[in-house]
Amino acid sequence: MGGKHESANGLKAPISTPTPPAHVSLRPDFFPNLKSLKLKTKQQELLLRVTTLCLVYLLAFIIRLFSVLRYESMIHEFDPYFNYRTTLFLTRHGFYEFWNWFDSESWYPLGRIIGGTLYPGLMVTAAFLYWVLRFLRFAVNIKDVCVLTAPFFASNTTLVAYFFGKEIWDSGCRHRRGRPHRHLPWVHLAVGRRVAVNTGSLAWALGSAFGYFYMVSAWGGYVFIINLVPLYVLVLLITGRYSMRLYVAYCTMYVLGMLLAMQIRFVGFQHVQSGEHMAAMGVFFLMQVFYFLDWVKHLLSDTKLFQDFLRITVTCAVSVGGLALGVGMASGFISPWTGRFYSLLDPTYAKDHIPIIASVSEHQPTAWSSFMFDYHILLFLFPAGLYFCFKRLSDATIFIVMYGLTSLYFAGVMVRLILVATPAVCLISAIAVSATVKNLTTLVRTKSKVIHTGSSKGTASAKTSAKASLDQSLPFQRNGAIALLVGAFYLLSRYATHCTWVTSEAYSSPSIVLAARGAHGGRVIFDDYREAYFWLRQNTPPDAKVMSWWDYGYQITAMGNRTVIVDNNTWNNTHIATVGRAMSSYEDEAYEIMHSLDVDYVLVVFGGVTGYSSDDINKFLWMVRIGGGVFPVIKEPDYLVNGEFRVDKGAAPKMLNCLMYKLCYYRFGELTTEYGKPPGYDRARGVEIGNKDVKLEYLEEAFTTSNWIVRIYKVKPPSNRW
Amino acid sequence: MGSRFAFFFLFSSIAILSTPASSDLIISKLDRRIDLTSHIVRVASTLKVENAGPAVVSEVLLTIPNYQAKNLAYLLASSYEGKGKTKGPTISLPVEVVHPKGMPLDLTTYSISLSKGLEKGESLTLDVFAAFSHSLQPFPEEITQADIQLVLFQDSAFYLSPYQVTAQSLSVRLPSARVESYTKLQNTKLVESEIKYGPYENLPPFSYNSIVVHFENNRPFAVAHELVREIEISHWGSVQINEHYNLIHGGARNKGGFSRIEYQGRPNIRGASSFRRLVARLPPRAHSVYYRDEIGNISTSSLWGDSRQTELEIEPRFPMFGGWKTSFTIGYGLPLQDFLFESEGKRFLNISFGCPIDEVVVDNLFVKASNLTQVVLPEGSKEISVSVPFSTKQWQEIKHSHLDIVGRPVVVLQKTKVVPEHNLHFQVYYKFNNLALLQEPLMLIFGFFIFFVACIVYMHTDMSISKSSASYLAKLQWDEVQATVQQVLSIINRCLTVHDKLEASLHDLSRNGDVQACKAVRKAADALFKEYAKELKPLLGFLQSSPQAAHVWPKVDELVAKEKEMQERSMLKHSSVVECYEKKSGGRDVENRVASHQAKLTALRHEVDDLLEVIDEI
Repeated sequence: MGGKHESANGLKAPISTPTPPAHVSLRPDFFPNLKSLKLKTKQQELLLRVTTLCLVYLLAFIIRLFSVLRYESMIHEFDPYFNYRTTLFLTRHGFYEFWNWFDSESWYPLGRIIGGTLYPGLMVTAAFLYWVLRFLRFAVNIKDVCVLTAPFFASNTTLVAYFFGKEIWDSGCRHRRGRPHRHLPWVHLAVGRRVAVNTGSLAWALGSAFGYFYMVSAWGGYVFIINLVPLYVLVLLITGRYSMRLYVAYCTMYVLGMLLAMQIRFVGFQHVQSGEHMAAMGVFFLMQVFYFLDWVKHLLSDTKLFQDFLRITVTCAVSVGGLALGVGMASGFISPWTGRFYSLLDPTYAKDHIPIIASVSEHQPTAWSSFMFDYHILLFLFPAGLYFCFKRLSDATIFIVMYGLTSLYFAGVMVRLILVATPAVCLISAIAVSATVKNLTTLVRTKSKVIHTGSSKGTASAKTSAKASLDQSLPFQRNGAIALLVGAFYLLSRYATHCTWVTSEAYSSPSIVLAARGAHGGRVIFDDYREAYFWLRQNTPPDAKVMSWWDYGYQITAMGNRTVIVDNNTWNNTHIATVGRAMSSYEDEAYEIMHSLDVDYVLVVFGGVTGYSSDDINKFLWMVRIGGGVFPVIKEPDYLVNGEFRVDKGAAPKMLNCLMYKLCYYRFGELTTEYGKPPGYDRARGVEIGNKDVKLEYLEEAFTTSNWIVRIYKVKPPSNRW
Repeated sequence: MGSRFAFFFLFSSIAILSTPASSDLIISKLDRRIDLTSHIVRVASTLKVENAGPAVVSEVLLTIPNYQAKNLAYLLASSYEGKGKTKGPTISLPVEVVHPKGMPLDLTTYSISLSKGLEKGESLTLDVFAAFSHSLQPFPEEITQADIQLVLFQDSAFYLSPYQVTAQSLSVRLPSARVESYTKLQNTKLVESEIKYGPYENLPPFSYNSIVVHFENNRPFAVAHELVREIEISHWGSVQINEHYNLIHGGARNKGGFSRIEYQGRPNIRGASSFRRLVARLPPRAHSVYYRDEIGNISTSSLWGDSRQTELEIEPRFPMFGGWKTSFTIGYGLPLQDFLFESEGKRFLNISFGCPIDEVVVDNLFVKASNLTQVVLPEGSKEISVSVPFSTKQWQEIKHSHLDIVGRPVVVLQKTKVVPEHNLHFQVYYKFNNLALLQEPLMLIFGFFIFFVACIVYMHTDMSISKSSASYLAKLQWDEVQATVQQVLSIINRCLTVHDKLEASLHDLSRNGDVQACKAVRKAADALFKEYAKELKPLLGFLQSSPQAAHVWPKVDELVAKEKEMQERSMLKHSSVVECYEKKSGGRDVENRVASHQAKLTALRHEVDDLLEVIDEI
């Protein structure tokens, strides 16, 4: 419903390294000629690896450029406009100004302390890249830096994913995938974490702590990591895989990561105070207990004595921990879980309690089709990969398995979290593909050699034939292997094509510029959003306050440069509910509310002329719900007829006369939108509207864009009493 | 309005009281044409000046009331030699502001210096052209979307001059025949869209008779509050021009909102005073044209081009109503050879000053309140000088662009009140060394070179801190072992080649029976094998002794042993075949004798191959 749609696509670029040349030594006749050119096998492998990685890197970068090339170098979505605006501020005013920035242009009249309420990672990264390029005397534009940071990090993510895969499987993991997504540090962290456990090295643990810090600074999703890692450690503890490496890695990472994360003002003391972070802390203490027990065990030679000691210690530790948690919760020192967190664990929670979370389309449970759409054959390879992982169980594979399973669950709960699951799914599938292909190629190779020698000499030795007959115990094995290989490569290439297509079609159409095919096949561009925002920017007083639904808040401040009442940072539910209430009230009531909020202009998005379906009328029920959640005056059934939402003649009377309806359909009744239909035919909903004679008393039309997508109304000043 | 009228009356009384400074000149015939068809007021006057006094006169004074003079954008006086049809070449005359004594304070006086003095009794014809911006006053000042735009224009029916005017006439051209009202004096008539005043005869100096015309003018009142033109010269072959416009509709302000449905239904009636497109006439061969603003590309523009010009039609994001503002940037590249020339060892840029958006074609008038022209010269330009045909404010700046170290010199020219008449060419002279062109590519090459060198150095230096740690030493040893194994492998591979040669020699033997050649090959092979064995010895010794090679050693050992066996077998086979040939025994016999060797050899060869592969993978 909220027009947010991130590019949560799972993309991979399977490029398979051909197996190292197996026939070189079998072809002595070519040998002298190639001798000068021939590299050592290791060098060949390195060359192939590097080339493949470079190609994958490029591909991952290029695949994200669809929208830039098709449209222009600009920020296309709703939310990133905030990042863009803050990055701009950062580069213009410097870091300290940025950190202390109080933004009076949003959440009027409350304002927002930007520095204290954001994850600065992305902005700082973009600004850093910008400064570096500037220093190197490349006169780049900050906007282009912001646009290209995402593809750049997508490429980096691919590399990281490769090394991650290499670390957990072996150096033979031959399939890497480009998995473009915006919030990249995921894997950075994961790798650091993994490597740390593998090597038990302090340096890597330190690295992972910094990775974690970067992650925290960039995205609120770090909560997933801070819960996943303890979970992983817990599983290792339970399965008896506790080791010194684990202790060093986890403790270093937790303590340092926590201290670093506290430097982000938005996170602050959450690490020790909020319910979401308690698991990590609990496991940290558990680790200490384990270590202590280990030490005691080392000192005590008597097993029985140790058993008793163990029992006492564990009971004490658990009860103390539980008590501390209970006291903390009860005294309010430890805050309970937030709504978002609850809605992850219980998908129905948000619907009943927090409509504002449920209203965002990204927060809806994922449909099966979108799994198919995004993952394609990965859906089948994923279980296969899990099989291979279990077959070769180690600390590393346990981690990837847990990462994969948990993130897959979350991806099922919320659409946007598909992008969290993607790296894991990709990696596990890569393991499957790698293992399969490796097995198949060994089969093909041994067979081909036998046949080669056999045919070249004509007289097969007894030994060879014996070996051959042994292999032939499975009939058509070689042919089967070849067929399977070909099949695998066909699937992979299909997958690559599919991913490119998905990126191009589904994830590269900007929401700020809409494009359609004209009657003659030419491209028609609906640039109405920018038309309206630019009009606001140019032709309204600089201190004008604009009321709109929160989806457009960031864009209005960034592009229109005007103050908004609410925006996409939905931190104040009451404020949003007030706007929702204004939109769903009668005009005179709404006027009172708008007057109290000092609103000068009201902006609505309307798709009735063009058939643009994610407009405010279609979002309207959420406004009612959110408004009604705080102000019980607003009742959802008032806007429905027999539980049905309609805008035509059969619509509820309150619906036909609420502010949103009036603003959207003002003078729409006079317009013929489609040939052969009556005037006032709403193309987005396919009905003739019910109230064609809309009169506005307290507002006047100030601007309507050329395709009517954005309509702006001016709130009239209060009329004179005499 | 009222105050201004009062001011005029006051002013006229002063004018009559004051004594003119030089009354020797008489304007014998004066013809004034005021063009009000756009929002720039253009006044073209033809004066016939006669010297009635005894002294030689070398300057003619023009007086313009202050309220007009502050809007004066352009003033050009010219005279021509000869009379009647046989006009000589037009000479433009220098004009400057003077402050003669006794002139009323409400007047601004301009003095035209004549090229040669006017003798007694002589006469001269002068053409004076003046353009005024912001001289049309919208009235009413606020209109709705559906209203037409009405404007007021004020001037004097009589030519305001310090001289006596013998005969004069005035014609005012309006954009349309629709006139609300105009001041009616004697001899006034309105013909279609033209109002004629006069002829009036024998008027004393400083005669003033205010007239007001109130008429419809729906021409776009496009005013650029600020226009920054950035001309950047690149000696790599292009002149890049970026123009940043800050545009406003300077006519009557829009009130009562904007209704899209009315506008899209009948844009010419329900939006008569608005305009939605502008046409810029760019020089020919303009390329890489773009049109954008702060928030991105604007998709509503189109471009045509022929050999004489390039025409760019742009539409602002929204239709422009009175008082509405917009801003945008257009940019284009031009071929260097069309605009950059060389003379006397200096280069000079010769390019037009004003903005390319043209009123004639589109009926859009464009006035720049403040025009900032920046010429960005290449880095390393010296001895910069500018020549502009009119007065401008000038200064220099430094701009940093791609790969600049000291920055590029920028010449900034500022001019207020610019009308299309200012669209003249100006020149920027500078010196530039061609070698400086190579500076940036060389810098890039050097940068990449340094980068690669750094990579190479990194790869070849040993960065580890503790050179004596166990793991470090182990790594060193392992590297050494690997290198040795590689050497061993290459020797074995060479041995295999020798085997193949032997095989080939046998093959030849079976074809041509040349035993001697075969023996020679064998001899050579023997020598080679020995040599290889010698080479192998130290390597194997090292591998055996090295603890790092412990797990490789058995394989290598096996490989060498197998190879040795192969050598023996091969030799045996070879000698037996040769023997057979020497004894001239039958082919079958040879086969029988060799068969066992052959089988063994094949098997050995296979094993060796396998081993090679195994070792390779370690």
